[in-house]
Amino acid sequence: MMHRRTALKLGAALATIGLPAGAAESEVAIHNNVELSGTGVTSGSMWKMGVDLAVKEINAAGGILGRKIAITHQDNQSQPQIAKAVATKAADAEPYVMLGPIFSGDVNVSMAVAENAEIPMIMGGEAANLTQQGMKYLFRTSLNQASAMPKLANYLAKNGVKSMVVVWGANDFGKGGRDAMVKEMAARNIKLAADISTEPGQMDFSPVVVNASKANADALFSYMNEEESARFLIALKKLGYDKPVYGETVLVSQKVIELAGPAANGAKGHVGLSVDAPNPKVQEFGRKFMQAYNTSSDHNGIKGYTAVYLVKAATEKLGKFDRKAMAAAIHGGSFSAAQYPGLLMDESYDDKGDLDRESYLVEIKDGKQVITEVLPPVGKK
Amino acid sequence: MTDFLQLVIAGTATGGCYALAALGFTLLWQASGTINFALGEMVMLPAFMMLFFMSVLGLPLPLAFLATLALSLLVMGYGFKRVVVDPLIRHDVITLVIATLGLSIGVRQAVKGVASAQVFTFPSVFSDTLLTIGGVRVSAGDIGTVVVACTIVLALQAFLNRTVTGRAMQAVAQNRDAATVLGIKVERMVLYAFLINAALAAVSALLITPVYLAKFDMGDTLGLKAFYAAIIGGFNNSRGALLGGVLVGVLENLVGTYISPGYKEGVALVLFMVVIVFRPQGLLGTVEERKV
Repeated sequence: MMHRRTALKLGAALATIGLPAGAAESEVAIHNNVELSGTGVTSGSMWKMGVDLAVKEINAAGGILGRKIAITHQDNQSQPQIAKAVATKAADAEPYVMLGPIFSGDVNVSMAVAENAEIPMIMGGEAANLTQQGMKYLFRTSLNQASAMPKLANYLAKNGVKSMVVVWGANDFGKGGRDAMVKEMAARNIKLAADISTEPGQMDFSPVVVNASKANADALFSYMNEEESARFLIALKKLGYDKPVYGETVLVSQKVIELAGPAANGAKGHVGLSVDAPNPKVQEFGRKFMQAYNTSSDHNGIKGYTAVYLVKAATEKLGKFDRKAMAAAIHGGSFSAAQYPGLLMDESYDDKGDLDRESYLVEIKDGKQVITEVLPPVGKK
Repeated sequence: MTDFLQLVIAGTATGGCYALAALGFTLLWQASGTINFALGEMVMLPAFMMLFFMSVLGLPLPLAFLATLALSLLVMGYGFKRVVVDPLIRHDVITLVIATLGLSIGVRQAVKGVASAQVFTFPSVFSDTLLTIGGVRVSAGDIGTVVVACTIVLALQAFLNRTVTGRAMQAVAQNRDAATVLGIKVERMVLYAFLINAALAAVSALLITPVYLAKFDMGDTLGLKAFYAAIIGGFNNSRGALLGGVLVGVLENLVGTYISPGYKEGVALVLFMVVIVFRPQGLLGTVEERKV
């Protein structure tokens, strides 16, 4: 028979477990559902570092409306089913905002959880379909593929590309990018010379390079995640592929340049975010990031950083902590970097949660991303 | 035709790395009846050791490799034998297999804990020069990898067949009791096999990491393919490991190019199954009879 004291202890323990895991009154809880292992670790780690840097800065400056941010990071292992479980557990704790995931496949299964719990979810996915499903609580931190690909396709057409090989990663991100690019190519009469899918985590790209060479196209477009992009660039160089290689954001990102080394030189593409952008606020962020982590931030670092500052900007604009009102305020809202410097760039959101801002055409030279053209926000055209 | 030759050369280079790891499987099996499923992690670990020596201690790659080689011999050769194999070998192979499976998970998670789950770039020991031979473009790295892998396998074969120590190791592999009666120091011969295995893993890491990139789970694929290669070539034949490795590497490239990249990763498994069904001793292996 259980002793009375033991029963009391057990009851107290159960009562403690049952308490909401939310932050204290002086804090505001933010949950980060992020890829810290598995194939998305490169993206997720950068995002996390960006988030941590922003949280540190905001808390040092007094927090959001006087409340410090209590951030919780949870690894979703780059697996959709785990990402959903992480989101479900996080929703039970009722955080003010959910950040992440970064991989579109992980976002795809997690966003319904945030929607049902009416918690704003600021994520890093770029697949076009994510924001086309009428979610009221889902927001991007970068341009979506449907906005970015036309910019790159215009550039390709302007440079006389008539046929192109498309190499893409077989996941939501890669397939979404492939579909968006193929559509834009067709609209500009650029022939799809070869359509090659690759596996997430693929190590050896020799067959892909040989198939791409056989297609004898004017150029090659690559759309995979960071590790695969780096290995692919190394394989292209190793097997002497000599046609222009283009990418959107990832292929020409700082992390891929670091991993691929000299093999990245010559790659060209469009990026929505870059620490080398001709923007003093972004460059200052790049310096702070380097100082904090001794590594250069890629687009995911900027996305994580601006995600937290978007929470701050939207909340301060409202003047209160209200999840529903915050989501409504971001939809159709515009945020100026002059008023909210942590956002780094002016940004505006449409009614779907897609954002619009300036972007860049870049080329990799001597291991560095060189901005060749600044493109205005789509809405300003 | 040039595409075909390019694929064969690139596949041979990749297969050479599989072969070096596969050689580890065959050596340990021959010398001690051990199957080491932590072999992939034993390739991953030297890659991180070299990164540590280069980035933290500032050593150039050749010195970092030599330091890693010494550490590998100590930890993955001597240490692995004394701490994991010796206490368990007296039970049965299954116990040891389970132990090495556990070890592989432990090593992977330990590296992840220390070095993070991030991927790291790794310098190549060969130049990135591209050579054109008879219209076929080949990288100096691929040629270097093939030469190093073939040299090591052939040298090892010569060592095993033409030196007293090598023959003593083979004698131990064939019959430990008889070798003991003949005055061969069995334990020392077994230790040599573990040391050679550790050295092979370090060389394999040096060759393959510039292409695969260093990551805590990089040994998963490599370990599995090396195991398939060892079975395909013959678990009791060193040259079989080379044949198995090269066969897997080349066929992966050919299938990936001429059939579909989607089938590439299944090539080793299919080949493994065909060999197991029709020639269980492997392509160059010999039938072993054991009392049960």
